[in-house]
Amino acid sequence: MENGKKLYLYPLWLRIWHGINALGILALIFSGISLHYSDRGILLLDFQSAVAVHNLAGVIVTVSYFLFVFGNILTKNGKYYRVKTKGLPNRLTKQIQYYISGMFKGEESPFPISEKRKFNPLQKYAYIFAMYLFLPILIVTGIALFFPEIIIEQVFQLSGIMLTAVIHGIIGFLTFVFLLVHLYVASMGKPPGKNYKSIITGWHT
Amino acid sequence: MRFFACTLFLVILAGFLGVLNLNGQNIPEQNQACLKCHTSQAHTIYNDWTEKEEKRLMNPFYILDTIQLAVGVHQVFSCIDCHSMDYETYPHDGQLKLEPMMTCIDCHGGDPTYEDWQFDRIEEEFQKSVHYELHGDQFSCSKCHSQHYYRATARTSSDLREIVDYSNKMCLSCHDNMTKYQLVSEDAKPQLVDIHNWLPNQELHFRRVRCIECHTEVQDSLMVSHNILRKEHATKNCVECHSANSMLQASLYKYQNLRVRTETGENSQKSILGLFTVKNTQEDFSNEYYVIGASRIPYLNTIFALIFFATLGGIVVHTIIRIIKK
Repeated sequence: MENGKKLYLYPLWLRIWHGINALGILALIFSGISLHYSDRGILLLDFQSAVAVHNLAGVIVTVSYFLFVFGNILTKNGKYYRVKTKGLPNRLTKQIQYYISGMFKGEESPFPISEKRKFNPLQKYAYIFAMYLFLPILIVTGIALFFPEIIIEQVFQLSGIMLTAVIHGIIGFLTFVFLLVHLYVASMGKPPGKNYKSIITGWHT
Repeated sequence: MRFFACTLFLVILAGFLGVLNLNGQNIPEQNQACLKCHTSQAHTIYNDWTEKEEKRLMNPFYILDTIQLAVGVHQVFSCIDCHSMDYETYPHDGQLKLEPMMTCIDCHGGDPTYEDWQFDRIEEEFQKSVHYELHGDQFSCSKCHSQHYYRATARTSSDLREIVDYSNKMCLSCHDNMTKYQLVSEDAKPQLVDIHNWLPNQELHFRRVRCIECHTEVQDSLMVSHNILRKEHATKNCVECHSANSMLQASLYKYQNLRVRTETGENSQKSILGLFTVKNTQEDFSNEYYVIGASRIPYLNTIFALIFFATLGGIVVHTIIRIIKK
């Protein structure tokens, strides 16, 4: 935040995408866990419902992903995701040090939010991993599992379907972990609810 | 170039003759006389009425496929081991058509040689099935298992697709074939695709699992369950297969599992290196199964749990420190 003024960081299209994506990912995680642990837990969905929910949410998240990608290509929002490797380890270390010690000592954030820098380095690279690595892998493997007949039968003596499903499961799980951390880190605003409010109104205060 | 073409031709010819010879080797010499007519579209018969030799078309149901015959489990049998010796006389006596055919149990029942195949248990299970319930002894083993061509694919094949295809074709030979279906039912042939409309990804299920997976009661002590259930009792519970403790391990994958355990002394999935490998046997079970419902990699669940609880623990500790340092 520059000089305490309000910043409009989350345009409407981004907030709509974020909302759809958030609900879709939550549905995918819940139905995905229900499928993975199909014979355990009364709190989970039954298998047939889980398949239906997972398929539907998968399609919604895939379509909304393209909204995100095109939005970033067509608007200025894409610049926040550009990789700058120079001095990256230093920047990441500074941010980690802030989270594990600096913030408890009342230090200022080493990378305060501004119009030029919407994310701190850790946030930025976590989002790049989630959006440009995890999600594409999930979408490709998800589509393959939706049409399993297109999967290569055997990859280096391994079953193609099994390999696809295992990759889908691992990346899905990592996305779940990302979500937990994402939700927690978002609570570090002052007051804690500030960032949640921002992603709804679009204004960072 | 010409030399190459001649060599290629000779190699192909030798291979072709080799195949012919191989097939011929498996069929006993004494069967050749029968097969002379029973592998042809037409046969010659002396007509007493016209007192002439006449060429007639062979009943298509009596034409045998020697390639399948040569690889079937009964390949070494003489025709008259099962058929009446009177068939050695030609033209055959018309009454012979009504000769009662041998059943599996006639030869295999109570015989310690075939103990491993559990024919008596199979008979016992079959007698509980809907086939026996509706048709009694009329429903012989041969309705599903052709004595001429039968191959024990569930025990001998390492290709799961072949096992599934072979097994399902037995069911479909009646259930998708009105000609044969009317032998056992007056009803119209069931519309299998419509009936199974509830099944997600129906085509894939039909290609990857056998009908009997859902339509029989799995028996631990029997390689292939023969108690075909009434359709109302077929399982519609996805989780029976789509779970860590999948029923398929005790049915479709039973023989492989038993063989792997015998060869390795344990379940090979216990090895870290075997996380993604199918089995640690020399034989390549390239089509190791995966069904949604479990990762099939037990270590993965442990790793997931560790990462999940570490993340959660980190969040809780961080939150507590934030509250304290507020």
